[in-house]
Amino acid sequence: MDQRAGKKDERFYQLLQQLQEADFALVELNLYLDTHPDDEAAIAQYNQLAQRRWMLAQEYESHYGPLMHFGHSYARRPWSWIDTPWPWQV
Amino acid sequence: MWIYEKKLQYPVRVSKCDPRMAKLLLEQYGGADGELSAALRYLNQRYSIPDKVVGLLTDIGTEEFAHLEMIATMVYKLTKDATPEQLKAAGLDPHYVNHDLALFYQNAAGVPWTATYIQAKGDPIADLYEDIAAEEKARATYQWLIDMTDDVDLQDSLKFLREREVVHSLRFREAVEILKAEQGVKRIF
Repeated sequence: MDQRAGKKDERFYQLLQQLQEADFALVELNLYLDTHPDDEAAIAQYNQLAQRRWMLAQEYESHYGPLMHFGHSYARRPWSWIDTPWPWQV
Repeated sequence: MWIYEKKLQYPVRVSKCDPRMAKLLLEQYGGADGELSAALRYLNQRYSIPDKVVGLLTDIGTEEFAHLEMIATMVYKLTKDATPEQLKAAGLDPHYVNHDLALFYQNAAGVPWTATYIQAKGDPIADLYEDIAAEEKARATYQWLIDMTDDVDLQDSLKFLREREVVHSLRFREAVEILKAEQGVKRIF
């Protein structure tokens, strides 16, 4: 099925969940580091997860289009940023 | 600068059309202790707070906008298939005649959001204590909301948000200790 039509396959939901899991840990580590800036183990974990997060985002975007706007994701033809589903439609 | 990411922070699923629950969830959308208040409160306090806690206010304030989007998604999904009759039965007829199914920044009782819900005192301890109180009030509100629904999918998302309030409160308490320690160092002279 055409991904532009809004209906996503099973892999979409898997990748989205993996991204949300990685991002949850990253947000949590980020806030922790804001008040514990000298915790080197947490910084190492943050960087390790940031790398995993980057790879997950690459795979997600190659199949389902850009996660971010304003040049933070590469664009393909046709411009797919405006395609559904928007997050509340998933 | 802010960058939008085209995904929710945490999944939002609902198992039924429930405009009554949507009405109650507006408390966390445009209510005094809701996510809009939280985001605007923290991001506005950044400019006059000591440098050591600007990062924390920036990051928590940004996360609050992700929570606001989750609440909006809940309200959207719970009402999108509702008939005018169902909205009326849920007490949303005053909302319907003014907004149709559009979201609006108001609390569960229909009172529009106001800047008087948030404070910026310029005193860092006063501001952070307000932030801690806001997180605890939001945590309590999420508990009351969880108590008001038997939708396990919706409860799952609400429990995530309740736990985030706990973490934010803890981080703000640590920020208070950081500032107190800084003040203590200065007193040595």
